[in-house]
Formats: sequence, C-alpha cells, structure tokens
Amino acid sequence: MSNIARRTFGAGIVGALGLSLAACNRGPDAAGGSGGSDGGGETAGSGPSIAIISKGFSQQFWVTVRDGAFAAAEELGAQVSFDGPDTESDVEQQIQQLQTALSGSPDAIAYAALDSEASLPLLEQAQSSEIPVIAFDSGVESDIPVCTVATDNAAAAEEAAKKMVELVGEEGSVAVIAHSQTSLTGVQRRDGFVDYIEANTSLTIADIQYSDSDVLKATNATNAILQAHQDLKGIFATNEASAIGMVTAIDELGRKDGLAVLGFDSGQGQLDAIRDGRMEGSVTQDPYDIGYKTVETALAAINGEEVEPKVDTGFYFYDETNMEDEEIARSLYE
Amino acid sequence: MSTDQSSATTAEAVEATPTTARRGLELQKFALLGALLLLFLIFFIASPNFLTISNISGILLAASVTGILALGTNFVIATGGIDLSVGTGMTLFSVLLAVMGTSAHLGLPLPVAILLTLVIGALVGLFVGFLVSYMRIPAFIATLAMMMATQGLSLIITSSSPQYFTEHAWFRQIATGQLIPKIPNAVLIFAVVALVAWFLMNKTLVGRYAIAIGSNAEATKLSGVNTRRWTMYIYMTAFVFTAVAGIVMASRLNSAQPALGVGYELEAIAAVVIGGTSLAGGRAAIGGTVIGAILMATLNNGLQILGIAQEWQRIAVAIVILVAVWGDSVRRNRAAS
Repeated sequence: MSNIARRTFGAGIVGALGLSLAACNRGPDAAGGSGGSDGGGETAGSGPSIAIISKGFSQQFWVTVRDGAFAAAEELGAQVSFDGPDTESDVEQQIQQLQTALSGSPDAIAYAALDSEASLPLLEQAQSSEIPVIAFDSGVESDIPVCTVATDNAAAAEEAAKKMVELVGEEGSVAVIAHSQTSLTGVQRRDGFVDYIEANTSLTIADIQYSDSDVLKATNATNAILQAHQDLKGIFATNEASAIGMVTAIDELGRKDGLAVLGFDSGQGQLDAIRDGRMEGSVTQDPYDIGYKTVETALAAINGEEVEPKVDTGFYFYDETNMEDEEIARSLYE
Repeated sequence: MSTDQSSATTAEAVEATPTTARRGLELQKFALLGALLLLFLIFFIASPNFLTISNISGILLAASVTGILALGTNFVIATGGIDLSVGTGMTLFSVLLAVMGTSAHLGLPLPVAILLTLVIGALVGLFVGFLVSYMRIPAFIATLAMMMATQGLSLIITSSSPQYFTEHAWFRQIATGQLIPKIPNAVLIFAVVALVAWFLMNKTLVGRYAIAIGSNAEATKLSGVNTRRWTMYIYMTAFVFTAVAGIVMASRLNSAQPALGVGYELEAIAAVVIGGTSLAGGRAAIGGTVIGAILMATLNNGLQILGIAQEWQRIAVAIVILVAVWGDSVRRNRAAS
C-alpha cells in the first residue's frame, strides 16, 4: 500500500472510531440511574417534543433528573430528549447542544444554563421562533424562560448554614468548598451559606476555594485549607464532587475531630460518609421532581396554559437520624 | 529490549548529545531547584503553616499523580511527539480497575485486577504507538482522539457514577498508607517510578532510542534501528506509567471518578517542559520532570494556603510555563549557533 493510501486509510479508521465513540458519548446511556424509563437512547415517550439540555451527566444527580423527566414523558404524554455536556465547565459544548436542539424545532426547550450570559443569543432565537423555554436547576438570568423549575439553592444552602451554627456555635471560623463561580447554582449556594453566616453570627469565613466539580481538585483544595487554618471548626461543600473531595482530604489529614462537615446533594460517597460519621449531614434537592415538574410545566406552556414563574421543588437536610425516612430517602440516590 | 551490540553503538553514535547541550541541561536542573527553593522561601515567609511536615507531605502527595503522568509523557515528548490523552486515559484505567476489581462488576481479586490494568495499559500504548508509527498519524491527532474516546468510555462504562473500592479496605493504603511515618505511600511510589523512568531513559534502548528518534529520526532509521517498532515500545512505556497513575489516584480517592482527568494532561506536559525536556524532542530530563511536578504542586498549594483567588493561581502557573518554554527556546538557539 502506498504511503498516501495508508495514511488516508489510517486517518479514516481513527476518524470513524472517534466519531462513533463521540456519538455514543453524546447521547445519554440507557443503563444506570434509579428506576425510571427504559429508553434505550436519547428520547422517551410520544407526544409534543421537548428538548432538555441539562448541565451534564457527570453526577448521578442528572441521571435522576432524567429519570423524572422520562417518567413524566410516559405518564403525561410527551416526547422528551435529554442531553448534556461532558463536564460542568464545558460551556461551549452545552451551547452547541442548545443550538442543535433548536435546529430540531422542538415544541419546547428546557435548559439548565452553565453560563447564562453565553446562552442568551440562542434563547432569544427560541423566543422569536415562539418556542417556550423552561429553565430548570440553575435557571437562566433573563426574562426569556416562562418558568424556572428549581430548588431554591440559596434557601437550601441557608439551611446548611443554620445547621452549621447549631453544630459549631456562633464563634470561630468555617470554610467553603464551592463548585463553581460561573454557574448560578454554585454562586447561589455559596452566597446562601456565606450571607447567612455573616449576617447572623460572629463566625468568620476562613476561605472559599473552588473545585470545578473535580474530586481531586476538591481534595487538594481542602488539604490546603486545613493546613492553613489549624483551628477551623466547620467546612461546607456545595455539591457531590466537592463533598467527596472534602471528606477524602479530611480523612488523609486525620482532621475530623472538632470539625463539623456538611455537604450538598447525595451520592453513595456522601451517604456512606454520613453513615459512618465522617460527615455530619448534607442537604439534598429533589432531582427526580425537578425532571418531572420540568416536563409537566413544559407541556402546560405548550398547551398555552398559565404557568407560575417559579416552581420550587424543595430540599431536605438529612443526617443519619432521618436519611432512611421515606420522604427523604426518595430524593437520595446512590 | 535486546542489547544487540550493533544497535547499542548505533544508539550512542546517533544520540550523542553535544557536551554543551548536556551542560545546559545540568544548569537547567540547578536553576530549577533554585526556583523551587525560592518558592519555598516565599511561601514560608508568607505563611507559618506552609513549612510543616504535614503540608510538605500534602504537596508531595498532590505532586505524585501528576508526576507519574509527567514521567510517562516524558518518553513520548522525547521522541518529538505529545500525548494529550494522559488525563482522561488515567481516569479510564481507574475505571477499568473498578470494573475488574469490585463486586459490582467482574469482582476479580484486586491484585489480579491491578495487574490486568497495567497489561491493558501496555496494550493500549502499543495501539497508540502503532497509530503514530505505522499509520503515520501525527501524535497530536492520535492522542487527541484517544483523549476523547477514553473520556467517553469512562462515562459510558460507569453510567457516569463514581465506583467505590470500599469493600477492599486495604486498597486506600496503596496511596495514603504510611510505610514511612508521615510520608504517604504514593510519594514512595512516585520516587520508585522516577527511578525506573530514569533507568529506562538513560540505561535502556527504550529511552535512548526515544531521544535518538526525537533528535533525528531519519538518521536513526538509516543506522539500522527499526524506529517504527521502537516508537510502539516507547508509547507502550508511557501508557503503563499512565495506568500506574490511574491506580494511585483511584487508591487516593478510594474510587474511580469517571468525570475526572480533563486538563491533567496539560499539567503533566507543563511539568515536563518546566523540567527541561524540549517539546521538539531529542532531549529528556527525568530529574527535571520530577522537580517540575513538585514545583507546580508547590505553587498550587502555596497560593491556596495564602487564600489567593483561583483565577490568580491559573495566571501564576501560566507565567511559570511561559518562562520555562522561553528558557527552552533560548537554550535551543544558543545550541544551534
């Protein structure tokens, strides 16, 4: 085989391989997640089409949101597609997916923005094509979405702050491992916690570090915070990946004694940590409900019904005393 | 890796680094150590909590995973190539370890799973080496494709959820246990891996051919070395290092985190470049790479301890990389003239 032929052939194979794997990667997987629909690919149900672009697949949280959405699709009659970027810092990829969804002319779009500003042009396009936009989870900072289906992240984080005060008192210092400075959830949870602490107590915020939802970065950041602040009394992580990293670092340094440790969301790592005392507790959202109510609201908007501007899907603080309670267990995922 | 008489002398003849260049490398290493000590001094003055045994061991622990990745990448970069897949590849290896070694999946005995992970690492490395040498696909493209493929595979295999090793209570000890008090095992592993890398690079054909191919592939081939086969072996070596890094990381986190790893290849490459290895190939500085990895971990840690905002940390690292690459090009120009 001549050089050129061999090179073309090789490039072709690699290209085909890459494309097929990328295609597999882009669509959500059928396996995994608790219960929910059996959808073998990206869509479920039949009826008006709703394109859902979430913030990713990288945490079990989104899988549960998808399950709730697919369940609503089956029950209420809608054709729902679910997609999301590889990581929660892949703003560009998410914008691309939104573009693709728009080109399919769905009857409604549901969107959880990684970066509200960057998404505006496409959302304006949706609005002028008269495609209702439902914001969920992070929401979007704009008037375009007809409704936002989300946890009140600030209130949920405030709940964690109240628990922190119960555990450590009103004096001393606490730290925060936040997951993002650009996504609304990251900012709202950080501020919800910090604002409550600063307004109501004499506790100082020793430091705030960001994990970008990377467990290893969260571990190293927590490590540094613990080294720098030897008399820290409490620490709070704003999502699952940050919490896992936080707990890993505390274990490594053997600093659990005298430290109140709180997290956010769930996942097997956190549940195990709470059960064996490495964490005091965590605040969970109701991801299943978020997915379900998003589809429900989208259908209402498609049918021209009045929708509330905000649908609050609730949150719960859980620790080892109540995590087995039915109502709370339902929102937890492994 | 046979020590055929003729190929050994060939390697020497082709690889002969002129003494001025070698002296430059030594100088580079001292400058690097100096920079590291300077950083230590600055951070020590800025914060009393920096120079504690606990923090230093934390820095070394953080440097271990990046360092092992960087040592593997060193071989590829020496040939003039680059490996963009080490970050997500490391994650995939940790995922494969979980798939083979936990009862949630195949449930093989964990030591067997660890061994198999290393073997798979070698096989994947051979494959990528094949793409680069026989299929003539530029390393940048081949490893870029691998990066995306491994990332996708990790997410698909695990359905995007972390896989925990809690059932194997001893697994954490690989990285965080302390055979020597106060020093995490991961650091010991890093040291051993560095020695192995040094030996491979300087005393075996894998390393010396890597440098030869990097400095003049045509001449190396003309002197009778099967450069294509050796390129495959070189990539195989690099990927085994990546697999080791994946195992160490999985041990530290006691889990395989499928979303991790994106961007780690840049840290590894930065450590290699800072350490004095040239991106153009033809030279490799194992000691420099080790110092480079520690330097970056020190920079990250020090800035975090001082509570400096994340954005400034990134800028600081970027400046260090720019200075290192500038130093590299200055040295190359001087050698050329």
